[in-house]
Amino acid sequence: MDVIKIKGTDDTPNIILDAENNIIEFSGRSLPEDVVTFYAPAIQWIEEYAKNPNPKTNVIFRLEYFNTASSKAILDILLKFEDIHNDGNDVTVFWYYQEDDEDMMEAGEEYSEIVDIPFEMHSY
Amino acid sequence: MGNVDYMELIYSFHQDMLDNKFTLVYDGEITHQITKAFTSLAESKMDSYSEDSSIKKKVFHVMVECLQNLSKHAEEYEYKGNKSQYGNGIFIVGRIGQEEKEYQVITGNAVEKKRVPELKALLEKINQLDKEGLKELFKKQMREGSMSEKGGAGLGLIDIARKTGEKLEYHFIDMDEKNNFFLLRTKISRIID
Repeated sequence: MDVIKIKGTDDTPNIILDAENNIIEFSGRSLPEDVVTFYAPAIQWIEEYAKNPNPKTNVIFRLEYFNTASSKAILDILLKFEDIHNDGNDVTVFWYYQEDDEDMMEAGEEYSEIVDIPFEMHSY
Repeated sequence: MGNVDYMELIYSFHQDMLDNKFTLVYDGEITHQITKAFTSLAESKMDSYSEDSSIKKKVFHVMVECLQNLSKHAEEYEYKGNKSQYGNGIFIVGRIGQEEKEYQVITGNAVEKKRVPELKALLEKINQLDKEGLKELFKKQMREGSMSEKGGAGLGLIDIARKTGEKLEYHFIDMDEKNNFFLLRTKISRIID
């Protein structure tokens, strides 16, 4: 499978999607000008990955900031992984937030309430 | 020699800004570049007097959502016979209150009258809900609201209420047969709870 590596900027996140090395990670800031276009390659990659996922999938989110337009895209990504989980695969979301960032912690908790995947919350 | 009245008008405009503690007033099209410029301006300004990081985050968050609302929803309209080329919006930022203990972010834009009842209903609903209710509404809108071409599904307004912990202050003004002018005033307390 192709590897996707998108380097983050001050308004778009770092994205690593690497099936071979089993790394799926979104980090940084997310307020892209066009959310749908920005996240489309990641969504496509996950759909492709779903056809033949690794025995264990860890999805890492380490976001500093995202706007409400991105929050919907993040949910769409999580729902794709929920499908993989519902197909009987082992999927865990690791949600990292800065120690004093209550909003980011709550955002993770809210996603874990919406999406049927185990979440692990970690502060850093 | 310039036109004296006109020059004095500028001076009184300057005084109005000072009297109202407006630090930034912008009228026009909101682009992604402008959003980035305004937010980084506010961030570096707040850095210059070491504003608390959680307050800084809130101001940044509210500014982004307000600017996004303008860029997505401001309706074009005719003003004195001239059609604005883009949806025109006004965006104001300032520090207000006793000892400037609050930030405020104000937006103003034209909204088509047929969209007003729906917008009013959402604003009223948001203002009736407590913290938990807002959280549930946000989750519901995120799940159900598809990413329309306008984007957002009302998430921005709910988010502003959640982040500030304040009621949304708003006002509609009748402009013409087609549009209302929608004003939204958001306050962010500088007192850390």
